[in-house]
Amino acid sequence: MTSLLWLIPIALILGFSALGTFFWALRSGQFDDLDGDAERMLGDDDFPLT
Amino acid sequence: MTVALASFVRTSGDVSSLDLVIGGARCGGCLAKIENGLRSQPDVTEARMNLSTARLHVAWHGAADRADGFAQNLQDMGFSAGPYIPDIADAADRAQSRKLLLAMAAAAFGLMNVMILSIAVWSGGSEMSAATQSLLHWLSAAIALPIAAFSGRPFFASAWQALRAKTTNMDVPISLAIILACGLSLWETWQGQEHTYFDAALMLVFLLLVGRVLDARLRARTGLAARQLAALQVHNARRITDDNRVETVPTTELAPGDIVVVASGERIPADGVVISGESRLDAALVTGETALQKVGPGDALYSGTINHGAPLTLEIHKASADSFLADITAMVEAGQQTQARYVRLADRAARAYVPVVHSLALLTFVGWLIAGGTPRTAIINAIAVLIITCPCALGLAVPAVQVVAVGRLFAKGVLIRSGDALERLATVRHVVFDKTGTLTQGRIRADVSAIPAPDLALISALSRHSTHPASVALHEFETAASALEVEEVSGQGLRGQVSGHAVRLGQARFVGGVSFDRPGLWARIDAQDPLQIILADPIRGEAQETVNALRAANLTLSIVSGDAAETVENVGDALGIDQVTARVEPAEKLTHISALQNRGIPVLMVGDGLNDAPALAHADASAALVSGTEISRAASDIVLQGDTLAGLPFAIQVARAAKRRVVENFALAIGYNMLAVPLAIFGYVTPLIAALAMSASSLIVTLNALRMRRVGDYEGPSHPGQNERIKKGKAAL
Repeated sequence: MTSLLWLIPIALILGFSALGTFFWALRSGQFDDLDGDAERMLGDDDFPLT
Repeated sequence: MTVALASFVRTSGDVSSLDLVIGGARCGGCLAKIENGLRSQPDVTEARMNLSTARLHVAWHGAADRADGFAQNLQDMGFSAGPYIPDIADAADRAQSRKLLLAMAAAAFGLMNVMILSIAVWSGGSEMSAATQSLLHWLSAAIALPIAAFSGRPFFASAWQALRAKTTNMDVPISLAIILACGLSLWETWQGQEHTYFDAALMLVFLLLVGRVLDARLRARTGLAARQLAALQVHNARRITDDNRVETVPTTELAPGDIVVVASGERIPADGVVISGESRLDAALVTGETALQKVGPGDALYSGTINHGAPLTLEIHKASADSFLADITAMVEAGQQTQARYVRLADRAARAYVPVVHSLALLTFVGWLIAGGTPRTAIINAIAVLIITCPCALGLAVPAVQVVAVGRLFAKGVLIRSGDALERLATVRHVVFDKTGTLTQGRIRADVSAIPAPDLALISALSRHSTHPASVALHEFETAASALEVEEVSGQGLRGQVSGHAVRLGQARFVGGVSFDRPGLWARIDAQDPLQIILADPIRGEAQETVNALRAANLTLSIVSGDAAETVENVGDALGIDQVTARVEPAEKLTHISALQNRGIPVLMVGDGLNDAPALAHADASAALVSGTEISRAASDIVLQGDTLAGLPFAIQVARAAKRRVVENFALAIGYNMLAVPLAIFGYVTPLIAALAMSASSLIVTLNALRMRRVGDYEGPSHPGQNERIKKGKAAL
């Protein structure tokens, strides 16, 4: 049962980091144009690397 | 359309930037076309468009006055552009929907972690020691309580507001269920008991927030449509300054006493009196009549009418905000208030639901006490009733359906103003059409089938020297010739020399060679027999199809128009609509609608003019064409893009399907309750059953909503970027 003492904090830390990432993404405008970005990635790349 | 955009440009250093609202962009092709089109302009450093908000950001090196050039570029590409004006309501909406999204994310995090712990408890059963179980419960409490407090705020705030106003709403039972579930679970944990409902409390919060987020997205989208239309409507007027210069200002800045010039073809910017100039005025948008009015010095003009002759100089009498429009606006507002009395389906369900649920919980409590249960059992079972009946599925039932329905309509060029407009549209049983500009094209066209092509070329060449609507109708016919020595006899006609022929165009009396009392437009080349040109406002190409589709959808139809009886009847006959009313004033259109409503028939009004606005606002649902006046669009629930009526039957089809889905969803939610509530009353609902029931019912409701994607088939009007990707693909091959 001592494994719980490790696993639960790990689960919580992972969960918190996911939540933190979501907060960051929301604040940095990642969700501002869901329609546009969905279409944009289908468009041609005007400056291909190769 | 001329819009002075330079005043909206921000400059820092030598970099200018501008935010524009774009009309007509609906897909990735449009997006690529706009961005690439602007980036290819010299000195443009940035062009990025947000497709969700229809906003375009452009930055360039150079002066602010290039802004109008960009608007012109966009117009050439087929998009309309207006300045983006930040507005407070918009900002508040965005902040609100961001808050909801944060709350939902936090609830999802809490729910997942508590669920992990709960599953351990449920599956551990008797093998788990009491100490471990207690530890897991305390951990759940540590996660669930702060998260419920954070994520539940939208519900608590709204419930508290309702209670303070001494009413109830859906949020009252929701808040009660959340608080009681958390409180009971905390008490049970403290007592070292087996069952806690932390997961149920968080699942409630999460699922309900999903509904709220969807609802907020819907409102953002519909609100955006309205604001976008408004922004594209910023019009300019040419004002004469004290030192006799002409400056371009937005019409909203006009004040009484200003002198403005209105060139031929321009719209009168605000109510005023003619100081100089004589002209003819197209007042169709105000009166609904297609015939032109003569105006001269001293005549009072209404804003919205169009100058069709020589330039006019006006003295403005009322600011544009409180002109003739004010009367119409007052009628529109009165109408919108009656629409606001419409009670949304979800609220009607909630009104019936809340008292029932609370009485059931109370009965459970009392029942268990009478049956000899301990107070603890009685309380636990009463709370279980509240948790299990918490309107999760109900909260999702409506927004999920409406988001899908509105999304479909948007993609097809049908803008809808609100979710409840969709509900109202579904109830409609009668459609009232305006004639001019709605069923007809709203401009005069010439029927020249009887005229030989060479003659037509001569006549068309002559007509180009006049801006009279009858002449304008002839401009569209091709000609290589040009007219000389043209003379326009006011009120009678035109004469001139074209390719060596003497050509006359005008009234029968002016043209000669026919008995002069015959009406209509005539043309005569040299001394040949005069030719009659039939002028009419033709019926829209898609009108017949639309009318048939509406009739097939079991709707009765009628036409109400301000135009002359004969014209209206002709249109009615052509389309097979026999209920026609002609020569009506704006206020009478309204009475016409009310009369139908008093007979218990919900009415859909379709119009485009200023004179339709009161009727549009008063009808149970209303639709306007994007080409109509600003105020008629503002008064309408639905705006049809692409200047076509074809989207109307589709909108009704989608609205009806949406209503069916909502009712089905309610039925599913009620069915679920009829199964779950007896279990809860008799004490069989464990936390595991609560969790399963709640998630299953929400999932079913959402899946049912997604079936909306399959409703109907409609191409939608074409939009400029439509074939962009196909073209690109072909070029790549």
